[in-house]
Amino acid sequence: MKLYTPSSPHTHAPISVTKVMLKVLYALLPGIAIYILLFGWGVLINILLALSAGLIAETIMLKVRKRPLFPFLTDGSAVLTAVLLALSIPPIAPWWVPVFGVVFAIIVAKHLYGGLGYNPFNPAMVGYAMLIISFPREMTSWMAPKSLTETELGFAESAGVIFQNPEALKHLDAISSATPLDYLKSQLGLDHAVAEIIQSNSIFGGIAGAGYEWVALAFLLGGVWLIYQKIIQWHIPLSVLASLFLIAGIFHLLNPEQFASPLFHLVAGATLLGAFFIATDPVTASVTPLGKIIYGAGIGLLIYIIRVWGGYPDAVAFAVLFMNMCAPAIDYYTKPKVYGQRNE
Amino acid sequence: MKKLFRFPGGIEVPQYKEISITQATKKAKLPARLVLPLHQHIGAPAEPIVAEGEIVLKGQKIAHATDYVSAPIHAPTSGTVSYIGDREAPHPSGMRAPCIEIIPDGKETWVELTSHARDYTALDPSSLRNVIREAGIVGLGGAGFPSYIKLNPGPGREIETLIINGIECEPYITCDDMLMRERADEIVAGVLVIQHALQAKRTVIAIEDNKPEAIESVKSAIKQLAEDLIDVAVIPTIYPAGSEKQLVYAITGEEVPSEGLPVQVGVVCQNIGTVAAVYRAVHHGEPLISRYVTITGDVDSPQNLEVLFGTIVEELVAQCSDNVQDIKRLIIGGPMMGFAMHSLNIPLIKTSNCVLVDRGRHSQFSGREHIMPCIRCGACAQVCPIKLLPQQLYWYAKAEDLDQVQNYNLFDCIECGCCDYVCPSHIPLVQYYRFAKGEIWQREEERLKSDKARLRHEFRERRIERDKQEAEERRRLKKEALHKKATNAENKDPADEKNDPKKAAILAAMERVREKKSSQKINPKNTDNLSKKQHQLIDEIDERRKRQRQDEQQSGVD
Repeated sequence: MKLYTPSSPHTHAPISVTKVMLKVLYALLPGIAIYILLFGWGVLINILLALSAGLIAETIMLKVRKRPLFPFLTDGSAVLTAVLLALSIPPIAPWWVPVFGVVFAIIVAKHLYGGLGYNPFNPAMVGYAMLIISFPREMTSWMAPKSLTETELGFAESAGVIFQNPEALKHLDAISSATPLDYLKSQLGLDHAVAEIIQSNSIFGGIAGAGYEWVALAFLLGGVWLIYQKIIQWHIPLSVLASLFLIAGIFHLLNPEQFASPLFHLVAGATLLGAFFIATDPVTASVTPLGKIIYGAGIGLLIYIIRVWGGYPDAVAFAVLFMNMCAPAIDYYTKPKVYGQRNE
Repeated sequence: MKKLFRFPGGIEVPQYKEISITQATKKAKLPARLVLPLHQHIGAPAEPIVAEGEIVLKGQKIAHATDYVSAPIHAPTSGTVSYIGDREAPHPSGMRAPCIEIIPDGKETWVELTSHARDYTALDPSSLRNVIREAGIVGLGGAGFPSYIKLNPGPGREIETLIINGIECEPYITCDDMLMRERADEIVAGVLVIQHALQAKRTVIAIEDNKPEAIESVKSAIKQLAEDLIDVAVIPTIYPAGSEKQLVYAITGEEVPSEGLPVQVGVVCQNIGTVAAVYRAVHHGEPLISRYVTITGDVDSPQNLEVLFGTIVEELVAQCSDNVQDIKRLIIGGPMMGFAMHSLNIPLIKTSNCVLVDRGRHSQFSGREHIMPCIRCGACAQVCPIKLLPQQLYWYAKAEDLDQVQNYNLFDCIECGCCDYVCPSHIPLVQYYRFAKGEIWQREEERLKSDKARLRHEFRERRIERDKQEAEERRRLKKEALHKKATNAENKDPADEKNDPKKAAILAAMERVREKKSSQKINPKNTDNLSKKQHQLIDEIDERRKRQRQDEQQSGVD
C-alpha cells in the first residue's frame, strides 16, 4: 500500500485565484449596470469587444508561451483586465480603441513580463496610458448621460457609432460631451471660477457629474462589498480617498474659486473605481500594511496633482502606474516588526 | 479573569472536532506487540538497559536517558523483550530507527511504584524534577521536550505565569478536550505539583471557547481542589491559538524573544496531557506509558482511545474502522501541522496526539488544486501569526536566496500553515520554508565541516614549516658555534685546543660527516609552497629510499 505523503498543511480554504477574480467582477456589476442604464449600450459593446479581444490575446499568448490554457484562461485575470479597461474608455470610442488597448495590455503589460503575477504594472492602466497618449482625441470624446440629451441611441445605433457607420456617426454631435473633469479644467484655464463653471453646465449634476456620480457611487458600493468579503483590505482605498480628500480640501479652503471641492474630486472621474478596483490590484500594489497606506496616499496625491496641474483631465492611470514603480521599494522599507524580534 | 490579548493573524478553520467526541475514551486493545522507538522526544535518544529475551514488567524502565536533554522509556505492559534494533519509525521520511520490541504477556503486571502524593511538597525542587524526569515525561502537545527541564527556570529567575495549554487549536484533534472532560481532577492535581515546583505567581489553564464541557469540568475541579489558586482563561477559537508563542502573547501580552524561550519573559507552558502525566508520576509513581489519542477522519467510528506507546497504527485504526486497506493518506497530528506517514506499520509514541485517516471518501481535508503563480494578494501576510511576509519568504526560498530568506526572518516561522491554507494560488508555502530551512542547516553543517578541515590542513602546513625552520635554525647555530671555535682556535690560544683535543677531534669528525651527508643530499628547492599531494609524494620517496638503504645495509651484514 503506497500512502500519499504531501507536506502539511493537509487542508485548504475553499479559495482560488478564479474565485478572487470572479468576486471582483461581481463587485463591478452594480457599477456596470448603472453605467449602461445611464449611458446606453455603448458601455456594454465596449466591454464585449474588450472581453473578446482580451481572451483571444490571452489564448494566443498562452499558446506562444507554451502554458496550459486550463487553468490560466479560466483564472479570470484577463477578463478583469478587459473589463477594467473597457470601463475607462469612452462608450463612443471606435471599436479598435478598446481592442487595441486590451491586446496591448494583455500581450505587452502582462505576458511579456511573465504573465499572471509577474507584471510590475497594472495591465489595464498600461493599456489606458498607451491609448490616451497615442489617441488623445478618441480617448477624450466622452458622452453626456442619456438624461441630458435629446437623442437616445439604441443598441444598433450604439454599435454603429462604435463601428464607425457613417449613418450612425451623425448622431455623435448630439450625444458627445466633455467629462466634468475635462470641462472644469478647460474652463479654469479660461479664468472662470469653479462655482461659476459648475452652474453654467448641466453635466455637473449633484456632486461631480450627472450620471457619472451614480456610476461612481455604485463602484463604491461594490468596493465596500469587496472589503466585507475580505478580497481587498481597507488600507489602499481609504488612503487613496483620504489623501485626495485632504489635499483637495486644503486647496479648496485656500482658494475655492480656483480649486474644486474635495467631494467633487472624490466622486468625479475614475476616483472611486480606481481606489477600490485598480489601485487594489494585488499583483502591482504594495503588500505590507504600512506600505499599502503609503502606496494609496501616493496615488491620491498624484491624482490631484495631475488633475489640477498636469496635462490630463483625469489621472488615476498615471498615478497608479507611478506608484506601481514605487511599490517594491515601499515594501522593502515597511516590513512589519516580526513577533519576538527586537526593534532595531 | 484578566484581560486577554489578541495575537495578530490566525485563521478560522472548520473544526470537525464533533465527530470524535461522541463516545467516552476507552482503553485500546492490548496489542500483539509493542515497538518503542528510543527517540520519542527532543534531545538524545535513550539507551536500552534490557536485553533481548528479558522479561519486563509494566512500568519498568527499559531505556535510560543519556543526556541532560533526553528521556527514559518504560515498558508499557509486562512481557518479553523480543527484539532490539531498527524498525520503521513514525517519521515523515519513512526512515527506520532503533526500537525495543516487546511481546506482551497479557498479565499487565506492574513494577513496584513509589507514590509521592503526600510528601511532594516536602521534596526539594531537584528531587521533584528527578521524579518527573525518571517517569519519562516529555511535552505531550507535540514537540516532546523533556518536561523536567522546563520545571527548572534557573537560579534567580521568577516564574510570573504558568500557562497550562488546553487550547488544542488543530482541527479534528480532541484528545486534550476528552482528557479535560474525563480527568479534570487529575489535571488540577498535576497543575498543583507543577505550580509548587515552579513557585509560579499566577497559574492559568487556557482553553479554547469551542470546548464548553471541558471548561466546565476543569472549573468545577478547580473549585473542589484548588479554589483561587488557578485561573481558567477562555480563549477565542482562532488557529493557531495553541501555539506556544501565540498563547504566551494571548495570556500575558508579552512576546517570546526570537529564538528564545517563554521563560525569558517569565512564563512556562505545559500541555494538559503533560500535566496529567505529572500527576500520575508524582501521586502514583506511574511512568509515562500511555496517552489519549484521537483516531479520526475517514474512519467508521472516530473516537479517542487510551493507547499504550508502541502500539502499531494499523492495529489502532482497525479498532475504529472495518477496513484499513483503502487508506490513501495517514497523518500523525492534525491537518494543519501533522505529518503524512509512509506506512501504517509505525508505532505511536509519546508525541502522537492524533491519527488522521484519509481514504478519499470525504473532501474534508482535500488536497490542493492547481498551483498558480503568486498574485501577491497578501492574504498570507494577513494571517501570519508572527507577522512575517510569507510572500517574500516564498520568492526568496524559491530563488534559493538563503541570505535574503533569513533577512526576512525565516527562522521565526512556526510552520503553522495559515499562509498556505489561505493562499488562493494554492502554493505549498510551508514546503518551501521547510526546504529553505533544510538547505540552510545543511550548508551550515557543510561549512562547519569544511572549516574544520581547512583549519586542520593549515595547522599541518604550519607544523611542517615550523619543524623545517627549527631544524634549519639548529643547523645554523651549530655551524656558527663551530665556526667560532675554529676561528678562536686559529687566532687565539692553541692551548685551548689542547685543553680538549679529543673533543675537538670528535667535533671535527662529526662536522665532516655531516658535510659529506648534506653534500650527498639534494638540497630541496622551491619546496615552500608544495601541495599536499607533492608532500605525500616526497614522503613516499623518502620512505622508499630509507627502505632501500636498510635493505642494502642488511645485505651488507649478510
